[in-house]
Amino acid sequence: MADDIQALSAAAAAAAIADGGLARAELFEHYRARAAADELNAFTWVAEDEPTVINGPLGGVPLAVKDLFCTEGIPSQAGSKILERYCPPYTATAVANLAAAGAPLLGKTNQDEFAMGSSNENSAYGPVLNPWDRSRVPGGSSGGSAAAVAAGLAPWALGTDTGGSIRQPASLCGIVGLKPTYGAVSRYGMIAFASSLDSAGPLTRDVTDAALFYRNLVGRDSADATSVAFPGPIDLPTSERLDGITLAVPTALVDGEGIEAGVRESFEASLETARELGATIVGCEIPSAPYALSAYYVIAPAEASSNLARFDGVRYGLRTEASTLDAMYTQTRHDGFGAEVKRRILIGTYALSSGYYDAYYGRAQRVRTVVSRELAEIFTKADFIATPTSPTVAFRLGERTADPLAMYLSDLFTIPMSLAGTPAISIPSGLSEGLPVGLQICGPAFSENRILDAAHALERAIGFDGAAARSGGV
Amino acid sequence: MAKAELEPVIGLEIHVQLRTATKMFCGCALGFGEPPNTRTCPVCLGLPGALPVANAEAIHYGLLIGLALNSTLAPVSTFHRKNYFYPDLPKGYQISQFDLPLCSGGKLGEVNIHRVHLEEDAAKLNHVGVGGRIDQANSSIVDFNRGGTPLAEIVTEPELSSAEQAGQWLRLLRTTLRTLGVSDVNMEEGSLRCDANISLRPAGSDQLGVKTELKNMNSFRFIERGIRAEVERQRALIEAGEEVVQETLHFDPRSEAITSLRSKEEAHDYRYFPEPDLPPVVISESMLSRAAAELPELPAAREQRYIEQQSLSAESARMLAWRAELGDYFDAVCEADRSLDAQAAANWVAELQGRLGDQEAEDSKVSASALAQLAALVASSKINQGGARQVLDQLVNEGGEPAAIVADQGLEAVGGAEQLAPIVAAALEANPELTERLRSGEMKPIGVIVGEVMKQTRGRADGEQVTALIREQLGLS
Amino acid sequence: MIDRDELLHVARLARLALDEDELQTTAAELSSILDHVATIDELDLEGIEPTAHIGDVEDSLRADQVARSLPREVALAPAPAIRDDGFLVPSPQGE
Repeated sequence: MADDIQALSAAAAAAAIADGGLARAELFEHYRARAAADELNAFTWVAEDEPTVINGPLGGVPLAVKDLFCTEGIPSQAGSKILERYCPPYTATAVANLAAAGAPLLGKTNQDEFAMGSSNENSAYGPVLNPWDRSRVPGGSSGGSAAAVAAGLAPWALGTDTGGSIRQPASLCGIVGLKPTYGAVSRYGMIAFASSLDSAGPLTRDVTDAALFYRNLVGRDSADATSVAFPGPIDLPTSERLDGITLAVPTALVDGEGIEAGVRESFEASLETARELGATIVGCEIPSAPYALSAYYVIAPAEASSNLARFDGVRYGLRTEASTLDAMYTQTRHDGFGAEVKRRILIGTYALSSGYYDAYYGRAQRVRTVVSRELAEIFTKADFIATPTSPTVAFRLGERTADPLAMYLSDLFTIPMSLAGTPAISIPSGLSEGLPVGLQICGPAFSENRILDAAHALERAIGFDGAAARSGGV
Repeated sequence: MAKAELEPVIGLEIHVQLRTATKMFCGCALGFGEPPNTRTCPVCLGLPGALPVANAEAIHYGLLIGLALNSTLAPVSTFHRKNYFYPDLPKGYQISQFDLPLCSGGKLGEVNIHRVHLEEDAAKLNHVGVGGRIDQANSSIVDFNRGGTPLAEIVTEPELSSAEQAGQWLRLLRTTLRTLGVSDVNMEEGSLRCDANISLRPAGSDQLGVKTELKNMNSFRFIERGIRAEVERQRALIEAGEEVVQETLHFDPRSEAITSLRSKEEAHDYRYFPEPDLPPVVISESMLSRAAAELPELPAAREQRYIEQQSLSAESARMLAWRAELGDYFDAVCEADRSLDAQAAANWVAELQGRLGDQEAEDSKVSASALAQLAALVASSKINQGGARQVLDQLVNEGGEPAAIVADQGLEAVGGAEQLAPIVAAALEANPELTERLRSGEMKPIGVIVGEVMKQTRGRADGEQVTALIREQLGLS
Repeated sequence: MIDRDELLHVARLARLALDEDELQTTAAELSSILDHVATIDELDLEGIEPTAHIGDVEDSLRADQVARSLPREVALAPAPAIRDDGFLVPSPQGE
């Protein structure tokens, strides 16, 4: 029976509960036990009992939530020592929406500290291991969420994506990850990294699960002034073909250095599959893409430097006692933040400081305008842009920690969409040397229905099987 | 340099707490003396994950202020983050406005306005520790009730030239804001706070000298005294050949001492950048038309109306218009008796206010209808000025009806030829020598005769009428 | 690209204490990142407006309606130090 449950996608499990073939409590206990026995360090907190479940379209299928979402009375530490054991007095809108739709909270998942990282090695609570190969990283920053879903420790998970933090770990763990249109999902209660870039979205086993999850996640929230109503409902995808669809491939970018041969092979095979499904493949250019990375590494740290100023030892979290206010501030923040967070706070503070604002922040914001224009221009001629999600498969733990810049370069394909605020999905496109490769499909703002449809067609045709990873993890 | 050649240049920065129901960026009710930390929520405590949402009514109040100050209203206004660390600032930044304030330019009275922007107030720090004195305190307690209260910051151009002018203009601003209904404008309670930028320069120069900033003066008197003290301090420095240092200063009203405040962030690098959590505010036609429709008559317009429609003197018009409560009281007096001459009514209102000191006329024992009645009694010569002043004294002390007081105390004017003529005749008869001198054309002794008549009538006669009767009885032209 | 003094100034603005070895490594790392970031100088951005916010949000304002505040004990619960119903900090003036 456990194997049967384990084999069900979230949507299938919800259907099984709805028609009486599966008891909701049994499903919860199945995943609760697996999450509690987690050997990947994917969870930072696991529920002891099933919470009160609201009957709804998510059918009682339990949910793993990235640690940076506030959950009332439950540790919400954002992977940081400065928030160790911090329990907020309120719950994030995204989590509340999913709970109201019938997805009870299973546990909180590990992440890079304040979502800053691409390997999940920047967590104060230890690195997460990739279920495909435990000597490798799961990607980041939503590494715990991705590993939990890939290893079958959770049916699905909520993550966040600022520069690729849903898509890249989804790619490295062989699951589906959707970064929504900026503003489509409320950020209220999401501990902020970079406010103008942060988006919450699903990490799931398949595209149908992602659509089911996402349709219950979106919505205008009066508590988030930047949130917008999604125009129309999110549909469950049904497409099996790509007839009439044009996929644009940014040739120069994809042919660039640093892309592993196995990733390129898998990507090209995906394009061939798309052609077989009726799609037209065209080349395109995003000339600003290399600069987008630079702009991102100004804008995100700048916003982060301000967003993280509230961690000052006064109202919550860690405090290092000192006799003067300044010593208390500086020692608390020295002791509470990890190396990568400090690095970004310093970069961001520098970029905003007097005399440097125009050269760094001002220019970066202009690059952002250029990136948006270039993507919009492509979308006048093509339905989607397709790239590999990550230039590499999962790398070894510790392999890139010594070189922050090399780590940043792994976000090359995901960052332009983050800057433009446009939606993108990563789906598994195959294996390279036994490790998953991801395919990224992105469209214009609010094109999630079409993206999900196309991803669904490709997913069926590719026929990726993640069962191998789901047998491990505990 | 000779003393007379230096002139002060003063600019004011006024922080006004807006009287909305809720805070600037969250739904907490504004705090007014509640127990500490009972008016907070995730947003105004700066909890992780909380987001600000701007209060539409605060924007509306900002527009009202902009209209009242003849400012240019921004079609699109943005919020910025002003980053610095302080325990009263829960997020490590204050949400304020930077390059696109809600209102730019404008003018109130003779003073040009630089800008008006909206921001959030800081929380309250209570210093505790040894001795209880601020400079000896070693720890502080933060109360976030006030944190996040909506503030409008009004910045004038540096155009004021004296402490008195600054004080007067501030009263006009306060009246304007009170008339708008956007704030309690209570300096003692901190809903109106004023900083002054002060520098000196040679008279006639258009160069500005080094300025200092005098912080947080909490009454009109302190503002005037503080500015005066700082002007004198700078004057003494310059005259001694020393330099004024740009710094932030604190004025202690008790000792009149001016001390330097250590700055909040020594580097003063606030790293302003657009607040990503708040989209730009687009000021719609409907927002503008609502503000325009709600704009009440303001002091400047009221002053004009008093001059043009009620023929008040410029001095009376300004006094009544710039003190809205007094103007309202004056309007009530005129309303109580529409036959009254407006200037006479204004004079009696001034007479009353002179006796009340800091108390407002409407809070006194003298009702507007009583003052109207008093003015009418004078106008119809039922009592003379002296009698009326006696009645007013009693009204101020005990209240009551003027007519009844007049009757009780026998203050009716002794008037009319039939009453006065015999008294005048008797006075002339009793002073034959003076009467002779008057007859011969020497007018000096007439005052003595008038005085005699006043004595006989216990001051109730009208002096002019007595003089006329004396002339008549002596056959003088 | 960024020297020790600049780094100390920035760390001061950010209220971050840095150990001696952190100072060494961070200066080098920041310089390499900033060098990379400086490649945006190659782009001609003349006349291009900056993007501060993505998307058009109409009516992002909130009606002036009172919502319930947190009970004080809830507000104070996560505080590292409290006294007299408030958050206790070393005094800014006591230095």
